[in-house]
Amino acid sequence: MKAFLILEDGTVFTGTSIGSPRDMVSEIVFNTSMTGYLEVLTDPSYAGQAVVMTYPLIGNYGITPDMESDRAWPDGYIVREISRMPSNFRCQGSLPDFLCRQDIPGIAGIDTRSLTKRLREKGTMNGMITTNENYDLHEILPELKRYQIGDPVSEATCKEQYVLPGDGPKVALLDFGAKKNIARSLNQRGCEVRVYPAHTPAEEIIAANPDGIMLSNGPGNPETNVSIIEEIRKLYDTDIPIFAICLGHQLMALAKGGKTYKLKYGHRGGNHPVKDLETGRVYISSQNHGYAVDAASMDPSVAREAFVNVNDGTNEGFAYEGKKIFTVQFHPEACPGPQDTGYLFDRFLEMMKGA
Amino acid sequence: MPKNNAIKKVLVIGSGPIVIGQAAEFDYAGTQACRSLKEEGLEVVLLNSNPATIMTDKDIADHVYIEPLTVEVVEQLILKEKPDSVLPTLGGQAALNLAMELEENGFLKEQGVALIGTTSETIRKAEDRLEFKTTMEKIGEPCAASLVVESVEEGVRFAEEIGYPVVLRPAYTLGGSGGGIAQTREKLMEILENGLRLSRVGQVLVERCIAGWKEIEYEVMRDGKGNCITVCNMENIDPVGVHTGDSIVVAPSQTLGDKEYQMLRTSALNIISELNITGGCNVQYALHPETFEYCVIEVNPRVSRSSALASKATGYPIAKVAAKIALGYTLDEIKNAVTKKTYASFEPMLDYCVVKIPRLPFDKFISAKRTLTTQMKATGEVMSICDNFEGALMKAIRSLEQHVDSLMSYDFSHLDEEELLEELAVVDDTRLWKIAEAVRRGISYEAIHRITKIDLWFIDKIAVLVEMEQKLESSQLDKELLGEAKRLEFPDGVIARLSGKTEGQIRDMRRRWGITAAYRMVDTCAAEFAAETPYYYSVFGSENEAVVTDAGYGNEDETAEALSVCYKKDDPAKVPAISGSEQDTGVTAVSGEDKENTDMERKKKVLVLGSGPIRIGQGIEFDFCSVHCTWAFSKEGYETIIVNNNPETVSTDFDIADKLYFEPLTPEDVGHIVDLEEPDGAVVQFGGQTAIKLTESLMKMGVPILGTSAENVDAAEDRELFDEILEKCGIPRPSGGTVFTAGEAKEVANRLGYPVLVRPSYVLGGQGMQIAINDRDVEEFMGIINRIAQDHPILVDKYLQGKEIEVDAVCDGEDILIPGIMEHIERAGIHSGDSISVYPAKSISEKTKRTIEDYTRKLAQSLHVIGLINIQFIVCGEQVYVIEVNPRSSRTVPYISKVTGIPIVPLATKVIIGRKLRDLGYTPGLQPEADYFAVKMPVFSFEKIRGADISLGPEMKSTGECLGIARTFDEALYKAFLGAGIRLPKYKNMILTVREEDKEEAVEIGQRFQKIGYRIFATKGTADALKRGGVKANMVRKIEQESPNLMDLILGHKIDLVIDTPQQGADRARDGFVIRRNAIETGVNVLTAIDTAKALITSLENTDIRKLTLVDIAEI
Repeated sequence: MKAFLILEDGTVFTGTSIGSPRDMVSEIVFNTSMTGYLEVLTDPSYAGQAVVMTYPLIGNYGITPDMESDRAWPDGYIVREISRMPSNFRCQGSLPDFLCRQDIPGIAGIDTRSLTKRLREKGTMNGMITTNENYDLHEILPELKRYQIGDPVSEATCKEQYVLPGDGPKVALLDFGAKKNIARSLNQRGCEVRVYPAHTPAEEIIAANPDGIMLSNGPGNPETNVSIIEEIRKLYDTDIPIFAICLGHQLMALAKGGKTYKLKYGHRGGNHPVKDLETGRVYISSQNHGYAVDAASMDPSVAREAFVNVNDGTNEGFAYEGKKIFTVQFHPEACPGPQDTGYLFDRFLEMMKGA
Repeated sequence: MPKNNAIKKVLVIGSGPIVIGQAAEFDYAGTQACRSLKEEGLEVVLLNSNPATIMTDKDIADHVYIEPLTVEVVEQLILKEKPDSVLPTLGGQAALNLAMELEENGFLKEQGVALIGTTSETIRKAEDRLEFKTTMEKIGEPCAASLVVESVEEGVRFAEEIGYPVVLRPAYTLGGSGGGIAQTREKLMEILENGLRLSRVGQVLVERCIAGWKEIEYEVMRDGKGNCITVCNMENIDPVGVHTGDSIVVAPSQTLGDKEYQMLRTSALNIISELNITGGCNVQYALHPETFEYCVIEVNPRVSRSSALASKATGYPIAKVAAKIALGYTLDEIKNAVTKKTYASFEPMLDYCVVKIPRLPFDKFISAKRTLTTQMKATGEVMSICDNFEGALMKAIRSLEQHVDSLMSYDFSHLDEEELLEELAVVDDTRLWKIAEAVRRGISYEAIHRITKIDLWFIDKIAVLVEMEQKLESSQLDKELLGEAKRLEFPDGVIARLSGKTEGQIRDMRRRWGITAAYRMVDTCAAEFAAETPYYYSVFGSENEAVVTDAGYGNEDETAEALSVCYKKDDPAKVPAISGSEQDTGVTAVSGEDKENTDMERKKKVLVLGSGPIRIGQGIEFDFCSVHCTWAFSKEGYETIIVNNNPETVSTDFDIADKLYFEPLTPEDVGHIVDLEEPDGAVVQFGGQTAIKLTESLMKMGVPILGTSAENVDAAEDRELFDEILEKCGIPRPSGGTVFTAGEAKEVANRLGYPVLVRPSYVLGGQGMQIAINDRDVEEFMGIINRIAQDHPILVDKYLQGKEIEVDAVCDGEDILIPGIMEHIERAGIHSGDSISVYPAKSISEKTKRTIEDYTRKLAQSLHVIGLINIQFIVCGEQVYVIEVNPRSSRTVPYISKVTGIPIVPLATKVIIGRKLRDLGYTPGLQPEADYFAVKMPVFSFEKIRGADISLGPEMKSTGECLGIARTFDEALYKAFLGAGIRLPKYKNMILTVREEDKEEAVEIGQRFQKIGYRIFATKGTADALKRGGVKANMVRKIEQESPNLMDLILGHKIDLVIDTPQQGADRARDGFVIRRNAIETGVNVLTAIDTAKALITSLENTDIRKLTLVDIAEI
């Protein structure tokens, strides 16, 4: 079946429908990872967005147990070619079947490079995937322009708290749409991880007397999470060590007077170099963010910039002065992507032990 | 970390002659590195014995030494040039081994010279089997169960402990020489004995056989601060068991999930960190196909063939970055030269798929075993890029130039199913085609996988191509089907064959339906950043990104702008759609005004056609010529466009031409580029036979051929036309005739009298050329030649045994310039590429030289040569005959340029665009002889090709060459032998066994070897002759006689040299074959021509390795 991807600037790409045949409208973003399509699909940070994979051959190893959450999150999925013959010893099914089961509309067979260039030049745009050949651009384009992501954190967070048992430090993980591997990374290091829904009051978390608090990644514009930011400010005021990733990093910055802004087309992929400003070492990181913290907006007496993106100089992390708090924009939990910054979890553990 | 300012003068060591396992990739790496060092203001001293390289140009380094790569030479060079550092990581294993020896013997320390780019400890840890294993164990990186053994008994004991099959890898050898897989004790003993001998340190690794596992490679970079990145990973389609150099490789990996990908990536980073490598490194893994278990197979602590491939596959300049790291820079300080926005600390992301296929030399070595093993056999490789795997595979196949254009090119349809399954188990260069046949027969993927161990994903991709063949055969060819066939990169010719149409019809259909190739950029970042480097590959059904300078839009931003304008202003319903199947190249609206403006300023545009994969007969020399021609055009104000498909070469580096199209060199592929670029002309005379073959097609496309016209190229090949010209000029040639059938050939041969030369026209490297001594030979050779349908007649010439003379000349239409006359040491009958060539010619008279000059002028003028011409003569007494004329660049151009200091290629290029030699400051005619003798020595890779006959004849067999240059002939000759790896004496024992007609000369040779202390062994006939001539010869029994015989002597490893001259004619293949093969495989030097033997003894008599004088080419 034919499918069409219509961008808010009026560009139309014609391809083949994959997954669900229903229409979808969303924000179109691109990811440059060459492997890890399944981790991308199940990353809750993609709630409210449709993802284009820039690597043209997707689905080669099918569906494996490498899910970062229990379901697929993107509103839509856009690829050049989807494999008809998945091959891997852990393969449990094919990607097209998975998209159907998860009711994710998608389009294959389009020139994803041309699309990516358009998103790069004009910035992230809204778009629609439809299988209706008689689409009417007069009607659709205004609708596309109107689209805004709602409150994706509430949608992506867990509904109830749960615990991953461990003998080590007790970590409270605030789930804003957390990838499973954050909890797993801590748990594998022996931590007992208690996962809390995003809107849990700070008092409740503090009362549980955790050794450390982990603020997770998550979807959407950080500024819209007004009440969560309030709670984070309270967490900051305690002496409990805090480690934050991605959205967590942005929320902590907002809680302490920083500003965030939307990047032209975001950073999504597994090849971004980040520099540790303390040691001068550069690490390749996994990234997925459309917003960034304006480093200049942070009071240097509150936080000093700890990591910076080597390519575009954007902020990649803070160390909070006089506090056992450090936050990063990138994803040390990887999945997908390089594992080079996994040592940050060890640093967090050290911090908790020293507390 | 800023640059280390203590480094001011660096010695860069190259890799020496091209041999199997060490090819053009090191010229590419070395050239890139030298340019990178010079960019930093450093003084660069270069040492490489290979004169055909671009790196040995004086434009590339400040001081250039084309000298043998031996410890003695490097020591002398260091004393002479006093560099403060040595960079050995860009010259392959050859350079690394030299650096190790210099470090171990304390010379570097003594002289206060630093090793940069690596340390001896790093080299040892990576290269010494035992240290490597210990190091891997220390960081918990698994290796296959293995043991380093130094004796056969030890090896057998261990193999029986871990169980057969076992893999054997000798330490410190190139391309896995002497390695293999042993299934049984007998086989183990055979390989082990050989491997122990070939290893520089007498060690062989015996390891658990992991054949059938996935073979995955990572290219990793690390700087002095410990920052590391991976440039690329690659998956071998052929599982472990086939040398990666002989495997079909895809980048990035296709069948690995993120878990496996990252697991191995992390492991590679751990390894490069533990080895403390600063620069580039290649790690090879075996990954169990059904678990996460993996083994580290090998680490190369240097730039390698794989890193050249990774550089071309991603656009990341590994050698350049490695050189900068060696100077102290860190990855985040080095700009990404492709995007100019990101840094070298960025990992490339591909949005396409790359396929590499090896170019194997079985067309040259008909008797050789075609099976592929852990010992590399390929002489070169091709790479292709496409946005789908099938397309990349199809493009790579036709890039090979082996008469293959699809998965139907080798026919296995005559086999029954059982035979086919048996054939599938044979791992050779036709396996891809056997799998396709199996798919056609409906044999299940699983069955194919069980036999080949090739991943199902790849088998399915082959099936996609087979299904398309079937659709094209059975369905109506509509727009959709044709579009899909082109997306999968089916050539028009194949589509025509399958659909029962003509190629022209297919082309017309494509044009009518707008199915055209679009070009996309290799930008290192999957379009995340705007890149500026014009490195392109074609895709059907995509937006074109190649910005054509005369189309009126200057850059990409304008393109995007123009696009948005035309989308917005129209009625939304009419918005152009961009689709996968329908073609839409985006911008078409170009205002007339803009066009006019650009036309006025517009540079002329020239298409330079490269020479494709490195193969015997068409080597790196043609890349040298293509690159210099490109640079010369650039200097003359032209816009330059290179088309080539060889990932190992300098010409496919992204900053050589204004634009690089990484594409197959077929008429159709080049045609797509011509359609888009509309060049003002094309140059074909620098790209070897590959480019010459495209002449006719280019003319049909309306592209003017710059330089010598196509008719004149034809005139040199067309026997009748050429004879007319010769007659008109009064130039004699050996008599002969043109034939098509064996009958005709015999008739001509008998008229001329045997021996005769039989060869096809339009070939390079003497392919198919043979000397026949009787009717039976003629029949046999004609049969071989006619196995491939011949478009042109076959030539039968009288074979003259005289001195062979060669000249290269530049002709501007009126005047000629001959840089020098070269003389071959071997008499006529041995291919010029396999002969030792001496400049200046030393045994012909002044009068003969004038005759040669005169003939050259007349021929060049009559053929209206504009540019280069190469002529081969035979001189018998004072009589000069012409045997071959090639109105194009030749193998000898790089070497003669360097030793005479005359920039032949730039000169030819200037002449091509209309300049005159006299105006360029040259006095026409034969140039005065240089003060140096230069000897070009062929280098062979016989030990790598099991079963290949090593005896020399009219068909070329050498893979590379080295140069000896000195004030005296003897020293130049000695250096050339030394450079070719003939290091004598060791044991002072030799074997002499010659054919009847050489007996007299053998006596002289015997006497001279005896005089310098050699013990001579000979078989009866030769021994008798020697004794009669007063040489003390020890008689040995022939190999067919009982032991101890000749073979025992060879296998006893106490022999320095075997001189064995075989009979002429077809029988020579059988005569002495076993002796020569065994000698070569035991690492003994073998000479098969009496003249070569004479030259060797002359050089040994007169020169001492400790007293060589080094010549800086940059000062010539």
